[in-house]
Amino acid sequence: MNGVHDMGGMDGFGKVEIEPNEPVFHSRWEARTMALVRAMGAAGAFNIDTSRFYREALPPHVYLSSSYYKKWLLGLEDLLVDKGYVAPEEVEKGHALKPTKAPPRGTFRRDDVERILVRGTFSRAPQAPAKFKPGDRVRCKNIHPATHTRLPRYVRGHVGVVELNHGSQVFPDSAAIGAGDDPQWLYTVVFTSAELWGADADPTVKISIDAFEPYLEHA
Amino acid sequence: MAHDHDDHDHHDHDHGSELSEMQIRVRALESVLTEKGYVEPAALDAIIEAYETKIGPHNGARVVAKAWTDPAFRQALLEDATKAVGTLGHVARTGDHLVAVENTPQRHNMVVCTLCSCYPWEMLGLPPVWYKAAPYRSRAVKDPRGVLADLGLALPKDTEIRVWDSTAETRFLVLPMRPKGTEGWSEEQLAKLVTRDSMIGTGFPKTPGAPS
Repeated sequence: MNGVHDMGGMDGFGKVEIEPNEPVFHSRWEARTMALVRAMGAAGAFNIDTSRFYREALPPHVYLSSSYYKKWLLGLEDLLVDKGYVAPEEVEKGHALKPTKAPPRGTFRRDDVERILVRGTFSRAPQAPAKFKPGDRVRCKNIHPATHTRLPRYVRGHVGVVELNHGSQVFPDSAAIGAGDDPQWLYTVVFTSAELWGADADPTVKISIDAFEPYLEHA
Repeated sequence: MAHDHDDHDHHDHDHGSELSEMQIRVRALESVLTEKGYVEPAALDAIIEAYETKIGPHNGARVVAKAWTDPAFRQALLEDATKAVGTLGHVARTGDHLVAVENTPQRHNMVVCTLCSCYPWEMLGLPPVWYKAAPYRSRAVKDPRGVLADLGLALPKDTEIRVWDSTAETRFLVLPMRPKGTEGWSEEQLAKLVTRDSMIGTGFPKTPGAPS
């Protein structure tokens, strides 16, 4: 979706400022939110692409004015209600009030924590041979899916060169909407700055994205 | 914040009211999910403890220091970072799709996630606020030299800057250049010079003798 989350190349957000000695969390609710999202994801309530889609789908003014973990919480609430794991009145009251669908993998327990500290693999058996190889010139398609995609706007329509092939992996555009893994080949595609930002761009800069095969065509 | 509970400070007071609203809201959701039996609170505690105490930039720093002292490991890391880190056993653990990119005098690498906040958690811990915020996400791909200047980093004008936008599940770890004056240093000594930001590409490692 063409949301405000897709920020690459936007102007006006100001200087980057690093907070010295930044704590891991700025308050306990941030820590609880992070843990709840990880736990419910691991319990099978949603995959990572769906959780990203729900944060992107927050209204633009909410997305831009909310802190990082506030976005996580708002996305989590919406997701759990939409998928039928909790009822809206339960979120409001802070208590379980009625039977609802349980997450597919059951209760997330203390013993399950160790396994989520290392990411699982996103590799999947390919559905077809790879269409592109390192060195190929490719154009990112001019596509504008209304749902989740990982093709940022700033590269659409632009030509780059395939640099790496990362194998066949879960296709986020499909997984985010519950349509299955639909594995696709994943490539690192590198662009010159002039290709993306025009003739005045800094010629010493190159930018790459990781692009799934359905985003690309031969150039 | 040092004056978190200082009611005289109106700025902090405003900040505080959002915090308490959020605390109440998160507690409510946690109660619902706990009462329904979906999550054990002790499991949440353990997740938080892991990210506060065990998983952080020290993990990545050990990998970088090893690459600086062991040419075979450096080669293996650049060829397949997941596999190479896997050989270190308890020092650091990582899932699939880790790619190490090496800084050289000719090329400086810098990592961003313009769409959200993708970051090599297992190597660096949870990302800092600035990495997840709009200024960095918007500008890193268009004006990386300007971003580096904001952060006080000056690169030679002819050094190539390569920006890696983490748009999929590949996770990029920058292998910074080993500081001069560290000949003969042990891995443990070198690891102390490796900063989080040097592994994102928004900083350099510390130099010997510089105040930490």
